Amino acid sequence: MPTTPLQFRHNGRDVAIFVDGGTNLLVALRELIGDMTPKFGCGQGGCGACSVLVDGELHLSCLTLAETVAGRSIETLDGMKQGPNLHPLQRAFADNFAAQCGYCTPGMLMAAKALLDRNPAPTRDEVIEAISGNICRCTGYEPIINAILAAASGRVSA
Amino acid sequence: MTRHRGRGMASINYPIGMNLGGDPSQALVHSNPSGKFTVALSSIDLGQGMKSVTRQICAETLGVPVEDVYVDTADSDTGPHCMGSFASRGTHRVGNAVMAAAREARGVMMEAAAEELEVNAADLETDGRGNIHVRGAPHRSISTKDVAIAAQFKQGKTISGRGIFLVPLSNVDPETGEMSPATCYAHACLVAEVEVDDETGEVAMVRMDSAYELGRALNPRLVEQQLVGGAWMGVSHALYETPEPYYPDPVHGPRDFVEYLMPGPGDICPHDIAVLERPAPDGPFGAKGPGEMCANPVLPAVANAIFNAVGVRIDDLPITPEKVLRAIKAQGGARPQARR
Repeated sequence: MPTTPLQFRHNGRDVAIFVDGGTNLLVALRELIGDMTPKFGCGQGGCGACSVLVDGELHLSCLTLAETVAGRSIETLDGMKQGPNLHPLQRAFADNFAAQCGYCTPGMLMAAKALLDRNPAPTRDEVIEAISGNICRCTGYEPIINAILAAASGRVSA
Repeated sequence: MTRHRGRGMASINYPIGMNLGGDPSQALVHSNPSGKFTVALSSIDLGQGMKSVTRQICAETLGVPVEDVYVDTADSDTGPHCMGSFASRGTHRVGNAVMAAAREARGVMMEAAAEELEVNAADLETDGRGNIHVRGAPHRSISTKDVAIAAQFKQGKTISGRGIFLVPLSNVDPETGEMSPATCYAHACLVAEVEVDDETGEVAMVRMDSAYELGRALNPRLVEQQLVGGAWMGVSHALYETPEPYYPDPVHGPRDFVEYLMPGPGDICPHDIAVLERPAPDGPFGAKGPGEMCANPVLPAVANAIFNAVGVRIDDLPITPEKVLRAIKAQGGARPQARR
């Protein structure tokens, strides 16, 4: 039985769970909280599919020990929608066909959100830099880069 | 010490699907009491958009809005048989099966509507917005929903259709071994421009220009999406990916995504694509399919571009910096070829 109590904010809600000493944040989110939006890709920081924001900063949840986020605020794709409306980044991803199989998409969206939250008008090179820790197998990145630039400049469908 | 630019091209004939066992796919289409239609398939959408395209094909054939069609690919144990999603066969094979099933279901739907409107089914047409009316008399109309309800609860009919696409068997000529493995071919040509560093052996993509002839593009955005993304799978095969770098010796094989290399967002280059639409006679609405073809011409084009840049001919994939460097050393330095 996990014995270490852990509290943090998850997409604006306080959550309290018990974890083992070695539990990583990805497992805590998926298996203990039931938020399946961070994906398990490689489990060792090589693909970016598990990306989440910790106090607004991009983190690989598979390499983050759950205990280290005590009292901090975690954002995942599950909390990205604003009420019933998709976030502009989500709309832009749909508009630009920036997803095919979709497995990298949650991580890409979190990396993009981390970028736009700190730099609302990035250059193309800054976008590339921001998603350089995320692997996509299907799209060739071009539609993803275009989507993030479109969201930054407000070119999204209603 | 120097980075050499080189340009290479390749063109391909790409067979759609295969011939083994007739390469069959089946589809079942039926209406629910709500007037919406379900397409049952065992074919899998890998992210390439097969569900979208079969949905379009079904809606167009039935004459109903695309929103009224749901494609169910849930279970290959219980669904109608399909050979699978590979060999670029999805749109062509599965699309043809869906078209046949939707055609049969449309026949039943029109018969059921004719019974309700008390007219001959041959005089009816669909408006594509969920209504069926008498040709030339739009006020003599019934919604597909009401037809579905009448068929289900009054007439005791299922509005349904069955479809299969089976390639005619191609016999092998015992003398020459000649046979026809496919019923239609797509074509492509791609020009790759690369930069080869003669000190490190690294190859960087500079740009790609391509033309694809793939029958009619049923969903142009999905076609474009596949061509853009698939080209980078081709680059990946050409330059990066290998499970066994010293095959057949498995040593030094990659163990994770840090060692099993793929292009990252910083490696991509501009890619200008022209799509030529020449409808295939036996394709659903003339479609062949982009599929695997979007990766195939990239590999030989990149190999040719490397030869053009530094004069080394690598015929072993992937073309890693190590192989390029060894080949350059073996020939006593880079020998840039005439630029074409």
